[in-house]
Amino acid sequence: MPVKVVERKPLTLAERTYLPQILSGLRITFRNMFKPKVTVEYPEERPPIPPGYRGVPTLVKDPDGREKCVSCQLCEFVCPPKAIRITPGEIPEDSEYAHVEKAPQEFEINMLRCIYCGLCQEVCPEEAIWLQNIYSVTGTSREELVNNKAKLYELGGTLADKHFKWEKKRRAAERGNAH
Amino acid sequence: MSDAKPDDGLISINIDGQEVRCQPGANIIEVAASIGIEIPHYCYHPKLSVSGNCRMCLVQLGLPGKDRATGQPMLNADGTPIIQWFPGPAIACGTKASPGMHIRTDSDMVKQCREGVTEFLLLNHPLDCPICDQAGECRLQEFSAEHGRGYSRFTEEKNVKPKRTVLGPRVMLDDERCILCSRCIRFCREIAKDDVLGFTDRGSYTTLTCYPGRQLENNYSLNTVDICPVGALTSRDFRFKMRVWFLKPTPSIDTETSVGCNTEVWSREGKIYRITPRRNDEVNDTWMPDSGRELYKQVEAENRLKQAAVAGQPASIEEALAAASKNLADGPVAIVGSGRCSVEEQYLLKKLADALGAASRQLVSRIGEGDGLLVSADRNPNVRGALLTGLIDDLPKQRLDDLAARIDAGEVRTIFAVNEDLTAAGLSAEQLAKATIVYLGTHANATSEAAAVVLPGLTVFEKSGTFVNQQFRLQKFHRAVPGVPGARDDLFLLGSLLANATGSQAPTVVASVWEAMAAEIGPFKGLSFAAIPDTGVLVDGSAFAGLPFVEGKSLHYEPAGMEAAATS
Repeated sequence: MPVKVVERKPLTLAERTYLPQILSGLRITFRNMFKPKVTVEYPEERPPIPPGYRGVPTLVKDPDGREKCVSCQLCEFVCPPKAIRITPGEIPEDSEYAHVEKAPQEFEINMLRCIYCGLCQEVCPEEAIWLQNIYSVTGTSREELVNNKAKLYELGGTLADKHFKWEKKRRAAERGNAH
Repeated sequence: MSDAKPDDGLISINIDGQEVRCQPGANIIEVAASIGIEIPHYCYHPKLSVSGNCRMCLVQLGLPGKDRATGQPMLNADGTPIIQWFPGPAIACGTKASPGMHIRTDSDMVKQCREGVTEFLLLNHPLDCPICDQAGECRLQEFSAEHGRGYSRFTEEKNVKPKRTVLGPRVMLDDERCILCSRCIRFCREIAKDDVLGFTDRGSYTTLTCYPGRQLENNYSLNTVDICPVGALTSRDFRFKMRVWFLKPTPSIDTETSVGCNTEVWSREGKIYRITPRRNDEVNDTWMPDSGRELYKQVEAENRLKQAAVAGQPASIEEALAAASKNLADGPVAIVGSGRCSVEEQYLLKKLADALGAASRQLVSRIGEGDGLLVSADRNPNVRGALLTGLIDDLPKQRLDDLAARIDAGEVRTIFAVNEDLTAAGLSAEQLAKATIVYLGTHANATSEAAAVVLPGLTVFEKSGTFVNQQFRLQKFHRAVPGVPGARDDLFLLGSLLANATGSQAPTVVASVWEAMAAEIGPFKGLSFAAIPDTGVLVDGSAFAGLPFVEGKSLHYEPAGMEAAATS
């Protein structure tokens, strides 16, 4: 095996005194001492969450309290790690929202599988699933980390709706143009 | 055009510059499809009459020009004929191929037509796709993406129509989604012969309606759901259960009668959600009866056998097989097979009967009333398979009186029943108690309760195999879902019993059973399971032509006796 011998240069006087290195290091230390602090005292102190942050996916209701999800299962289809599992169901005819016809019977997001990619939010035609600003998910069992429908609505809360698509449909039905 | 044409009665037409040879009078949509050009359409259906009302299939037509003065063909400078295009578009579904016809399906005019038709169809169409069961297999969805303009110019209020009209026990109508193609009306009139649907009112008020006092309740009503190009007609069983893009179709066979309708079983993650017909122009066209669509419920039935048992106590499959072999060796043995078993199972059962020297081999016949379409009188899907494999040599009877007499006379000590309830076939509980019963089946019944050994088998949806239908057509079905835990493939169970009985190896999977059958059974010569096409293959059943089969005339089937009567 061929061996290449690398010549090792002798240290200069400045290097042998070691002072320039110490001084340049101290310069960095002192500079940072007077800069504003960038760390926070987690968990007592929480960092600000910027808008558009992709935290835990949640289900939301519209300002009237109607659950927006119609269980079209597009999020289940698009989810890369297959974290979402929906059992579709029918809204009974005596319900206030019978005109929407369909709503999830059960909706589960497995947070052990979720990769926070946000595709579910992007694909949702009803703007019902949102990745909000919860970022710390802990639990002591696997079951605890599967968010069911009740938990998802509890986390999601209510979100302002720009469209009121189904409300418009109901009003159209009441107002006329009936055939 | 100057090429010498073979005299095969075909004519030459030109679609988008491609010369195609076709039958004179052939439908343009079908001819274009044969060379891979899709002409979008909603109302046209290959098995129904042409109504031409959706206007989606508009194309441009032209004919080679002829000089009016001389009658000579008008030619370009290079000798090709000058095509005189008609000024307006024409519907492809209502146009028949004629010699020299030229068709454009990709010109600007055709594209504008499709865009315009799509825009009008979408005017009052609700934005229901997220809640619509048809989404994913909706022609309107597909063609709107392909030929539509992509946005709506309609600023007025959309029409409001009833959304949950119950048309019958199995079909529901969403009027807003209907595009008035009339396929369902034509199906009921022409195929089901139950003319209950029709349009009432005019213009945008037009509504699909059932005749007052009637319901869409014939045994073919769910075919209207299949042919509905949009989500207007939905199945009440499948409604809101699962989106179709999750479902995996598996080719299968309807087991309710000897017609052997070709079906597709749609499943997701081991659960079956629906059964739809699969097109086979020799058997069922594109239809199937409603009754056959509910058969998947047997997979998850309450009384499904999921545990092998010996003397009423749960046992492992191996223990049960050993106990069964021991009982079967204690003859004389009677074999009761089933016309619901596959050909492969009947073959292994016949081999087992031979090895055991069985005193009696029978099937149980099920006779119902045929409807002349896709439900035949013989409610067993595979009696002819048992004849071909030699398990039986005469048609089965509805009651096992012969076996009952033998039990009473003490001539039978052990009964091996496969998928048949002996009590339902006429044996009394006392007679069952006199014999030792080995039962191989899928569901619990009086026989399985009386049996010394119970071997849990699989339903048709959980295994692969073949059936022979009333035309002696050998048809394949495939495993759609894995078997329920605890049950084993019938072929494995029968093969193991056969191996125990003969002391040598026996085939236990479909492919190896077919190797043995192809070598031994004349009509199956040269066949293998993989080589059978999905539309089936006719096998030679002439050896059984003399038997008085019970089936009457049905779609694509004439009983042999009736043919003779018609010719005499």
